[in-house]
Amino acid sequence: MDEAFSFVFLMLASTLRVATPLVLCAMGGLFSEKGGIVDVGLEGKMLMAAFFAAATASVTGSAWAGVAAAVIAAEALALLHGLACITYRGNQVVSGVAINILAAGLTVVLGTAWFARGGQTPPLVGDQRLMPLFLPEAGDNVLVYAALLSVPVTWWIVARTRFGLRLRAVGEMPLAVDAAGLSVAWLRYRAVLLCGLLAGLAGAYLSIGQNAGFSRDMTAGQGFIALAAIIFGKWRAWPALGACLIFGLLDAVAIRLQGVRLPGLGEVPVQLIQAMPYLLTMFLLAGFIGRAVAPKAAGVPYEKER
Amino acid sequence: MQALTPAAAAIELRGIDKSFGVVHAVRGVSLRIEPGTITGIIGENGAGKSTLMSILYGLYRADSGEIWVGGQPVEMASPRDAIAQGIGMVHQHFMLIDTFTVLENLILGAEGGPLLAGGLAAARAELARLARDYGLSVDPDARVADLSVGEQQRVEILKVLFRGARILILDEPSAVLTPQETDRLFDILRTLKERGVTVVLITHKLREIMAATDRVHVMRQGQIVAERRTVDTGSEELAELMVGRKVRLDLDKVPVGQGEILLRTEHLSLVDDRGVRLLDDIGIELRAGEIVGIAGVTGNGQSELLQVLAGIRAPSAGRFTVCGHAIDTGHPGDPARMRELGLAHVPEDRLRQGMVAAFQASETSILGYQDGPPFTRNYLLDGPAVGAHCAELMERFDVRPRSPGLRSSHFSGGNQQKLVLAREIARRPRVLLVGQPTRGVDIGAIEFIHRELVKARDSGCAVLVVSVELDEILSLADRILVMFAGRIVGEVEPRRADERTLGLMMAGAQAA
Repeated sequence: MDEAFSFVFLMLASTLRVATPLVLCAMGGLFSEKGGIVDVGLEGKMLMAAFFAAATASVTGSAWAGVAAAVIAAEALALLHGLACITYRGNQVVSGVAINILAAGLTVVLGTAWFARGGQTPPLVGDQRLMPLFLPEAGDNVLVYAALLSVPVTWWIVARTRFGLRLRAVGEMPLAVDAAGLSVAWLRYRAVLLCGLLAGLAGAYLSIGQNAGFSRDMTAGQGFIALAAIIFGKWRAWPALGACLIFGLLDAVAIRLQGVRLPGLGEVPVQLIQAMPYLLTMFLLAGFIGRAVAPKAAGVPYEKER
Repeated sequence: MQALTPAAAAIELRGIDKSFGVVHAVRGVSLRIEPGTITGIIGENGAGKSTLMSILYGLYRADSGEIWVGGQPVEMASPRDAIAQGIGMVHQHFMLIDTFTVLENLILGAEGGPLLAGGLAAARAELARLARDYGLSVDPDARVADLSVGEQQRVEILKVLFRGARILILDEPSAVLTPQETDRLFDILRTLKERGVTVVLITHKLREIMAATDRVHVMRQGQIVAERRTVDTGSEELAELMVGRKVRLDLDKVPVGQGEILLRTEHLSLVDDRGVRLLDDIGIELRAGEIVGIAGVTGNGQSELLQVLAGIRAPSAGRFTVCGHAIDTGHPGDPARMRELGLAHVPEDRLRQGMVAAFQASETSILGYQDGPPFTRNYLLDGPAVGAHCAELMERFDVRPRSPGLRSSHFSGGNQQKLVLAREIARRPRVLLVGQPTRGVDIGAIEFIHRELVKARDSGCAVLVVSVELDEILSLADRILVMFAGRIVGEVEPRRADERTLGLMMAGAQAA
């Protein structure tokens, strides 16, 4: 009995640990996409944030300084994305991909130059990391709670506030927002910056919460999984959380099943289970989520006539 | 909002001037709009009336000139300034967010606080008051996407009133309405006027100016060329002022005998991916030497009918024959094959389907006929032959400027349309499909295009015209079919038709 309880508890904790960066990222992406800016660069922002969090924490010895550096790094990329997509009306997907490539390269180059460990940061110990608050075996550091809190807050902002209404409007029909005498650009910049904030927290969680240091490409596609979660959730906060938890659970199961022999099947190939989130993404995207209801103006730069 | 002294004009423009690059869109316009009146501004497409109103609403900035509102000079840097001055605009294309409710659309930009709850409650009360005062009722919780076009327009007007506007600008408000809805709109405007609202109506439709306004300003080529009291003028004079010369919009048509059937559809249906029935059991016949007009409010299947007949979309059920060749679900047509059969198509959306905007006029003039002689030899385009062909078409159809090398997008709407029409008619088709022959085309070109269509008919071509302009259908067609919700709901003879009965049929009322 005790064992079963502990198994379920550990599975849940593991799910939550894995889902935390996905949830933060997905909520960030939600703001951006609701405002009409497609963000393929979540991955890059998170990676850059993870690197600066670990690097700063290792140099200053403070996890909080690491979190701050992560947010600043992600916001810098968010501003770059905003500049390209909002001010210069560039292609949003291209800008996002460029950010991903930039982050993948820059983190390794800077890491090698600063720490000479093949792109890794020195292992973090003690106060350099965010430690579990209440349940040491569950790894419930402050960002886990931040992720859980981000969902109702995102929902509330989008559904219940003036900013949320305008954000939804600018993602659907920026022309109407302009005609109402509001600034399309300023609304979209705010959306992009909110996205940067949350992606920054997600990155910090990866390198100084969940792990003890940065290693190259440590985001491993989680930014894209978060993007998929937004789509599954049909651009709504609660369903997106659900999608993140499913992905987290699959990952937790994959870890649990490592080396386990199932009767009749033999050893479960871990790769198969690790591939599940991606397979599920493709499977669901192929038509199992019903009609996609993306914000109508997402991905379309706003240009005033003449 | 400031109180208007009796002497002050609601709006006064002084010497407004605006250029876009080399185009001098508005040339030193001065005009006064008296408070509590309905003032019309009429002009052809491209006369500068929409630009002028966009300047007044702060969407564009004038290069020079002053705007006075209620006797005070004001700076209009953005729509926010205009809204603050009590000016509201109902745009031709609605500025409504489909996925929002009426209430949410209403408060966008005027939420009354950082949280929505209070603003929504206040807006609900205000909406009830406006509904009572102006007779403008609409369900506050309905999603805009579920409203009819007429209701959506009402929401637009409510939005403007909600912001406390005392001056209402309407840009081509009737473009999307049935005649009944237009009459209803004019009733609303008159009620607004009685309550002291100043209304500015921008339109190119003479009938609306005559029906709704107190005064009218006529614009031509960026200038105000005349100002009249509506009671002192008439359609003929206004048309002449708009164009700058006498215009004859009535057509002399010789009745033609019954020719052979060139196009016949039987139980033609089209269902889209979502299962929506766009065309429902269409059965029509088109004879040589007649023009059949299809009337209907936009979005009732006319566009889809043209696409199916032109071979762009395959029908889901039923069949049709073109010059004796059958097309059905088993033997779908494609546009190239339809052309070979003798069918030509002037699409509704000339910029997207009729031509490639970035192409030269000469390339546009052979689009769809580019394969094979005389334009292609040994797999290569014969530039001089194409250019000569285009020059000839331009001459015959009076396309200006006569520059085959100019980009298609640099021609005016009317000249683009003439070029596309020239391309299709020059091939002497036996069946000619024309969608919105004169959308976005100035009056002079309308006259020309109508005569060309009648000429084609007189030479034995079977012409099918789809148009949202009832006047056009009434003057062109030998027979009128009315479409509603994907069905042909009635057939009328133009001589016995009037806008009222047609309007009822277009709105889906039982066929007269």
